[in-house]
Amino acid sequence: MSNESFPLKLEGGDVPMVRFDRVTKQYGDLTVLDSLDLDVKANEMVAIIGPSGSGKTTVLRMLMGLELIDEGVIYVDGQPMTHMEKNGRLVRAGQKYLRRMRSSIGMVFQQFNLFPHMTALQNCMEAPVQVLGLSRKEARERSLELLKLVGLDDKMDQYPARLSGGQQQRVAIARALAMRPKIMLFDEVTSALDPEIVGEVTQVIRKLHDEHSLTMLMVTHQMGFARDISDRVCFFYEGKIAEQGSPEQLFDNPRNERTAMFLSAVLEAD
Amino acid sequence: MSYLEFLYKYAPSFLNGAVVTLEQTALGTLLAVIVALIMGFMKMSSFIPVRWVGIVYIEIFRGTSLLVQMYWIFFVLPLFGITLGKFEAGFLAVGLNLGAYGAELVRGGVQSVPRSQYEAATALGMHPFTRMRRVIFPQALLNMLPPWGNLLIELLKATALVALISVADLMFVSKQINMSTFLSAQAFGTALIIYYIIARGIITPGMRGLECKLAKKLSIG
Amino acid sequence: MFDWRWDFTIEILPRLLEATGNTLIAAGLGYLIALVLGLVFALAQRTPYRLLTFAVRESIEFIRSTPLVLQIFFVFYVGPQFGIRLSPWTSGMIAIGLHYASYLSEVYRAGLDSVPKGQWEACTALNLSVRRTYTKIVIPQAIPTVIPGFGNYLVGIFKDTPMLSVIGVTELFHAATSIGAETYRFLEPFTLVGAIFLAISLPAAMLIRRFEDWIRASLGMTKLHAKD
Repeated sequence: MSNESFPLKLEGGDVPMVRFDRVTKQYGDLTVLDSLDLDVKANEMVAIIGPSGSGKTTVLRMLMGLELIDEGVIYVDGQPMTHMEKNGRLVRAGQKYLRRMRSSIGMVFQQFNLFPHMTALQNCMEAPVQVLGLSRKEARERSLELLKLVGLDDKMDQYPARLSGGQQQRVAIARALAMRPKIMLFDEVTSALDPEIVGEVTQVIRKLHDEHSLTMLMVTHQMGFARDISDRVCFFYEGKIAEQGSPEQLFDNPRNERTAMFLSAVLEAD
Repeated sequence: MSYLEFLYKYAPSFLNGAVVTLEQTALGTLLAVIVALIMGFMKMSSFIPVRWVGIVYIEIFRGTSLLVQMYWIFFVLPLFGITLGKFEAGFLAVGLNLGAYGAELVRGGVQSVPRSQYEAATALGMHPFTRMRRVIFPQALLNMLPPWGNLLIELLKATALVALISVADLMFVSKQINMSTFLSAQAFGTALIIYYIIARGIITPGMRGLECKLAKKLSIG
Repeated sequence: MFDWRWDFTIEILPRLLEATGNTLIAAGLGYLIALVLGLVFALAQRTPYRLLTFAVRESIEFIRSTPLVLQIFFVFYVGPQFGIRLSPWTSGMIAIGLHYASYLSEVYRAGLDSVPKGQWEACTALNLSVRRTYTKIVIPQAIPTVIPGFGNYLVGIFKDTPMLSVIGVTELFHAATSIGAETYRFLEPFTLVGAIFLAISLPAAMLIRRFEDWIRASLGMTKLHAKD
């Protein structure tokens, strides 16, 4: 890849919190992301929607560094994330650099991925102690505060197996927040939940959005929720953003034919 | 001589032999666990030379017979200037051999932990070492305990071979009693029963207890 | 130190290779016995006779929990005590066959258990005979489950044959110890024995894995069918 056309860092007055610069990802012959450009401003809440296989989850996984990108560069807060500077050129980021950059991002997974052998509190304390080097006392205070935020301080000593899906997902949100990220990624966080408990998780996210200044990227199937909470909605189709705009504009007046078809299909299903 | 008289007369010998068997089993287990951890992790390494050391070790020790390995250690190693006592050679061979089987259990256990657990730990910024130590291995341990229970029974059985390099274990003692009394059924039968008691009365319940304790501690299952 | 002697190696190689033949025969014969006896043990545990089921299960447990080498001694020496004289080969085959039968019976059992209950019920509903139920319906579906176990124990029995040398079966390991006793040279015979074992067991394990893949692929239909 020629890196000449990618800046070493983003500068100027209007540096986005996240920038995907011509990012391509392929699995064998299948192009999952096709030269994607995407900017997310600080404190912006972006909802990503689209049919399955459209590459929307891949966006989050690559931003988190769980998957390598094939082409392009991802910048976080002006710094390259997938690459690092070496002798005035961008080279692929090393593990150490990636870990440092990752510390500003938190991620919540569809299947919660709590550590089954740790209590809710231990799940939240683990990374602050092991990664940030906080004392157990500090980590405990911070975790308790966050468990309270998600309304689970009374469940702190429970193991994940004893918690409902909604409760597990709220613990997972608290766990990600305990690292004090600037950016939060939500990967279909309500898809594995029963419909009647989706609300308890979306409420927590809404609260986060209202009370804390965080940049959020959210992949979701819930159009109503995306519409209520996001500042901008991106519709993914075949590895590209087919359409994006404010929720009102995209949901009420889709300009792209694909968007309209997708929306009518999912809204009918609801 | 009735069987009771036989037992009365030879109980001390059987007991001494059983103690040696237990010592061989305990030392062999310790060594096997260490070898299994080292070789299991080496085989999982992404650094190819390291991985090959693990593969070659496991294949050599699993591909040849324990008896051959034991004789090699006891009779051939002295030619290279490494002379071991029969007791040491015995548990060394047992531990090195069963450790190779254990290495595959370690690998299987670690690989049985879902990929999503790696991702969650990675997303929290954990160093791969921390991730293994705090998140993956504790879960892997619980998964691999049941097969380790079977492996330890195999290890106990394997220690009977140390009698062939004259370590005075249970097997050796029963052979001696057989030679001096010609009461083969009594001599070998008693030894078989003692092995059975050690296996199903000590090892199996012990491992099951360990499993329960760990499961409770990790609060899964 | 490292005084490997090639002339000596070449001198003893034919003798070792000849003994390898015996090792293979011992492993093959023992395995055949184990295959048949193992099936008998597994089927005995499925009979409605409680006492028989119990006795077979406990015997299997006992055989599996005690050392093979001791069982070999037991079979060889206990016969004469009661006036039955068995040759080393006969006692060896009985002991190793019984030992591995107890392992293989568990493999058979797991295989039979892997066939869904609905399949048995369908056979009953169709009024199939017991023989037909097993040969046409159950066994074909159990094969993919049992093949890896069968393969592992085939290699396992091969690697346990050196134990037969303790009662004087003249297999490979016996030949090596004899050479050692005659010449006081251990390096070459024992290293060669190790190499021969490796040279047989590694390709065997690989072939078995290939065979597993092949049989799984060719029985793909059966497996799909079982998922009703």
